[in-house]
Amino acid sequence: MHIIETGNVAAALGVKLAGVQVVAAYPITPQTPLTEKLSELIEAGEMDARYVPVESEHSALAVCIGASSAGARSFTATSANGLLYMHEQVHWAAGARLPIVMCVANRAVGAPWNIWNDHQDSISQRDTGWIQIYSCDHQQIIDDTLKAFRLAETTSIPVMVCYDGYLLSHTYMPFEVPEQEKVEQFLPPFHPSYALDPSSPANLNTVTLPEIRTDVHGEMAHGYMEIRYLLQEDLRKAVQVVEEIDAAFQEIFGRGGAPLVEPYRCDDAEYVVVGMGSLTYQLWDVIETLRTEGHKIGVLGVRLYRPFPDAAVAAALRGARGVFVMEKALSYGYEGALCSDLKSALYDHIPDKSRAPFVKGLVAGIGGREIRTADLTDTLRSGLVGSIPEPGWIGIQL
Amino acid sequence: MTTRTTILSLPKEEYVHPGNRACTGCSLGIAYRIGLKALGPDTILIVPPSCLTVLQGLFPVASTKLPSLNVTFASTAAAATGVLEALKAQGREHTKVVAWAGDGGTADIGIQSLSGAAERGDDFLFMCYDNEGYMNTGVQRSGTTPQGAITANTPFKGKMQQRKDVAAIMTAHGIDYVATASASYPLDLYDKIKKAITLKGVKYIHIHTPCPPGWGFDTRYAVKVGELAVETGYLDLYEVEKGEFRLTGASAKTLEKGTRKPVREYLQTQSRFRIMSPEQAADAQARVDATWSTYSSGEG
Amino acid sequence: MGTRGYRYKTSHSLPGPGDGGNTGSWRVQRPVIDLTRCTPAKRGAEACFACWLYCPDVVVSRTIPPEIDYKYCKGCGICAEECPTKAIAMVDESVYHEHVEG
Repeated sequence: MHIIETGNVAAALGVKLAGVQVVAAYPITPQTPLTEKLSELIEAGEMDARYVPVESEHSALAVCIGASSAGARSFTATSANGLLYMHEQVHWAAGARLPIVMCVANRAVGAPWNIWNDHQDSISQRDTGWIQIYSCDHQQIIDDTLKAFRLAETTSIPVMVCYDGYLLSHTYMPFEVPEQEKVEQFLPPFHPSYALDPSSPANLNTVTLPEIRTDVHGEMAHGYMEIRYLLQEDLRKAVQVVEEIDAAFQEIFGRGGAPLVEPYRCDDAEYVVVGMGSLTYQLWDVIETLRTEGHKIGVLGVRLYRPFPDAAVAAALRGARGVFVMEKALSYGYEGALCSDLKSALYDHIPDKSRAPFVKGLVAGIGGREIRTADLTDTLRSGLVGSIPEPGWIGIQL
Repeated sequence: MTTRTTILSLPKEEYVHPGNRACTGCSLGIAYRIGLKALGPDTILIVPPSCLTVLQGLFPVASTKLPSLNVTFASTAAAATGVLEALKAQGREHTKVVAWAGDGGTADIGIQSLSGAAERGDDFLFMCYDNEGYMNTGVQRSGTTPQGAITANTPFKGKMQQRKDVAAIMTAHGIDYVATASASYPLDLYDKIKKAITLKGVKYIHIHTPCPPGWGFDTRYAVKVGELAVETGYLDLYEVEKGEFRLTGASAKTLEKGTRKPVREYLQTQSRFRIMSPEQAADAQARVDATWSTYSSGEG
Repeated sequence: MGTRGYRYKTSHSLPGPGDGGNTGSWRVQRPVIDLTRCTPAKRGAEACFACWLYCPDVVVSRTIPPEIDYKYCKGCGICAEECPTKAIAMVDESVYHEHVEG
């Protein structure tokens, strides 16, 4: 079914189609309409799930952690300081290997208070062990949400589906709503390897020692370090799982492709602009203008941010002379986190450093500062001749 | 209570293995052991960091024969809600969900999620074992540490403030069942748990658990110290069932008898009160007297 | 030997005794039951069992007579303190061993 709705509703419909059993959420702008929609669907009897109106985001994820540990498909959503308030729980869900899915309607973090869009909230959760996907439009939001459950349950790693607050969460766009029957073909019911059960008692997430230790059957069990390594190993393997799940999705729904990075006119590009989220498609317009001026420039949208698809990023940038990384977040005191990650990937994958492109980090749209297509075009035009005005924060008016 | 459990009628089945890491003479060991007998095998526990985490064991060995979920400090009640909702979604409502936290995880860092769950009416039992401080981290003051107690972070003057009355806070939520209990009266605790699990919504039981190393007394007196707390009226055993308050067990007997031992006798058993001023001791007695003046033998 | 093949990827603990090792080694004093004073032992019937009720460490059996699992008994002395007939004495381990060895 083709409908015109908001990004938040797209996410909610994805959650409904996925057959989520437990939803817990706390209101925060701009996520709120998503979970309001879920409460509406559940109260109206259109969705068979439990809705828990918790007293905080910390508890929202706690409910999901409890529910997932007991074997239920669980979902929450948040933004900005709500996500930061969850932070301890975000780590916990990954360490406990719970396949929870969370939507993040991206918003700037305080202080000072700001309710508008940037990526600082989810980027600051980069190192928690979650898979992070950035959707660029409404179709991707609903599709990514569905894929996220299969991905989480295949890998036993929680997944964050991130999309721009307001720019995507509140705007109306047409998108295709998958048919329930096909969704069930794509996403089998959740069967966890273990769910809390008195007939098979186990104590989960107990204190784990630095060293390995024998279990009650005389087998050697992990220490904390082994458990953490296995998370890292499975996260690295998840890059391929993301591709496999995308292929399976394409087969059933005929949509998808490019689940790691989405290159646009990169084949012959001497310069590539890299971005995430809705900015990616705005950049398509920018480079069309620059192309008409004769510049060989392309766009690389990063769709999977963690695990970082370093090989795919480096492959897409091979042959480029210069790369501009445009970010809505910063690792304060250094540069954008995506910029650093991308430089690492190039260092690892391009052995001949004389053939490596220059990389220029740019910052845009912090706290919802409008990103004008004309400003982007001007900035990149200057960049092509190596003269971007410092500090490279597009639109700053100091 | 209609039928009182006796030692001989107490179930023989044990749900805790010996050889756990709890300190010698830890009265939580008594409350936990007897509490699990009352809960029975069809139970899932939710536990935040606390001495109970240590008692429950280090990976990969668990001292508890029931499933238990370790969760973050502040999230106990919310995680219990999550387990509960999953069980409902799966048609496993017969399984009891029980959160078991220390006083820090209840009165301090855990109170927000507990209050939220109580207000929502989520159907589980929350048990707080109150050893009156952060014992697992080396005896720091908590919201329930009593006035005058020396702790690792009230090292010279003792805690200046009064203890927080969590059972009263929970009663103010208007939930169906709130009770206080003591590890020194395990059968009273047993009967309260048995009653609580038949009721709806969040049920709250606050269990006094004397701590030999934290409070400063010889391990063999762990039960005696808890008994003195009750006999002096410093700790009252009661239950509030659907708004109806009644003293139970030893506290009810004390009320009938009409005399209480002086609070001083309880305070003197513990080295943590060694620098308590005469004014503080008198104040402790006055507060107990004031509370007891509100009790009349007609009640309950 | 590594843990690569271990059955779980998380901290998933299974129930069993002795997580803290043989905690009987913590003991400074040993509870010793005088069966001539112990109520169930004297009566040859189920009775009292206060030592079983109050044991924090699940090391006193509910049997006639009650038995103590010294492998795990930490020697807190609560049983001795709570025994209504004072049938349990706390004996210094050094004295006990001298006595046994002597």
